[in-house]
Amino acid sequence: MSNAPRIDPDLWRPAARPHGLAARARTLHAIRTFFAKRQVLEVETPILSRHAAPDEAIDPLTCQGWHLSTSPETAMKRLLAAGSGPIFQITRAFRAAEYGRLHNPEFTMLEWYQPGWQLHDLMHETTQLVQEILGAMPVTTFSFAAAFRHFTGLDPFLASDSELRTALPDSSPPDLKRMEMLDLLLTETVEPGFQTTGGMVLLTHFPAERAAMAQIDPGPPPTALRFELYVHGIELVNGYQELTDAAEQACRLEHANHQRHLLGKPKLPVDPWFLAALHAGIPMCAGAALGVDRLIMLAMGATDIAETLAFPYDRA
Amino acid sequence: MSDMLNHNQLRQGTRVEIDELPWIIVDAQFVKPGKGQAFTKIKIKNLIDGRVIERTFKSSENVVKADVIDKEMQFLYLDGEFWHFMDPASYEQSALDEKQVGEARLWLKEQETYMVTLWKNRAIAVMPPPFVILTITKCDPGMKGDTVTGATKPATLETGAEVKVPLFINEGERIRVDTRTGQYVERAKD
Repeated sequence: MSNAPRIDPDLWRPAARPHGLAARARTLHAIRTFFAKRQVLEVETPILSRHAAPDEAIDPLTCQGWHLSTSPETAMKRLLAAGSGPIFQITRAFRAAEYGRLHNPEFTMLEWYQPGWQLHDLMHETTQLVQEILGAMPVTTFSFAAAFRHFTGLDPFLASDSELRTALPDSSPPDLKRMEMLDLLLTETVEPGFQTTGGMVLLTHFPAERAAMAQIDPGPPPTALRFELYVHGIELVNGYQELTDAAEQACRLEHANHQRHLLGKPKLPVDPWFLAALHAGIPMCAGAALGVDRLIMLAMGATDIAETLAFPYDRA
Repeated sequence: MSDMLNHNQLRQGTRVEIDELPWIIVDAQFVKPGKGQAFTKIKIKNLIDGRVIERTFKSSENVVKADVIDKEMQFLYLDGEFWHFMDPASYEQSALDEKQVGEARLWLKEQETYMVTLWKNRAIAVMPPPFVILTITKCDPGMKGDTVTGATKPATLETGAEVKVPLFINEGERIRVDTRTGQYVERAKD
């Protein structure tokens, strides 16, 4: 028996059919038109950098000691600190080992920032952008706590660890920490629940542990000034009231590196120019990132982002 | 030493060892919240008893690759209880019981070659090729010129399997059968 890999003779062909490629071109054009009308400047920042933005659960791909960007966030904040005003970018981002129906290790991300805006202003603009491309649909807003109470019957801030454990399916890993249980309940129970809610769902007031680069409302309980936008249960946008405090930001990045170390992952070199930019001062602002491949997938009524990509991971 | 698989290698068709049993992944889904822990949810089918269960792993976890190989083996004989196969290269023999042979039993013909699945060197399953050519040992006489579309009659094959064949087919003829559907395909071309 041969152990040679089977070569699929059809893998040279694009995964996306012509209407998928057309939906991509149309969506990219619509996004650019949307921001041009609002005088938001299109920018480009490096994909390859000597630094990275450490995150416990995001692993960059490295290339000769440099890192492929997992998000243009830190570079764009350097532009904001330099007085760029409102900016947007459509770029490729790379995340190691993320592959599935809704993930490709190389993907297209839209990221934009609105100086002087509050989070709710940006949430409003985001719903406009998404409806411009997907058409009008009902919008429901849930706080993280309300969504958990509604779909799991538990309060994510008050429930005991054993109550959370009981709410998880039997197939779950046995040794989950509290935040991991919340992560799994979110993807297993709450997000599928949003499918039954239908239309667009805005999820707000995340636990502070999942603030990433968002400001934290002290509470109690402390919550992240962060939202996620879902369409038919598919996570599409992640937005923040941006953290502008350099010391707090440095502390969070260091903490992320420490968590990485505990997980046996390499620490990542924090961008000192990003921290210097925060020291110099970035305006109070709100910013968001949108998964463009998923948006195209939804626009064409597909169920796998591969249908929007000429050559996804298995053909790249 | 067992091979370990990381979460990205948990794909449909991969065979894994979980709870000290061999399984094949029938569905794998990567799930990740906007921020936080990624998980891989797999649906797995037991290679011995066929039951299907689900398991979820953290993306940092590794799973043992099952020590399972597929080997082309010749079917020798049925002794009434066990189906005996032989590796034509090493002459090593393995036996499977009725449960392990399962549906494949309908298509097993002596001297023919089949794909036998071995787990830790023990035979646990056998797969017939997608198409087999078998002789009809019993059926009603053919009706020449009967071309009524779709009309069929039952026929018994040399392995004991029963298939529906078109009316023009005769006892003693060799036919090609799709083992996945158990359906007649065509008269064998010799």
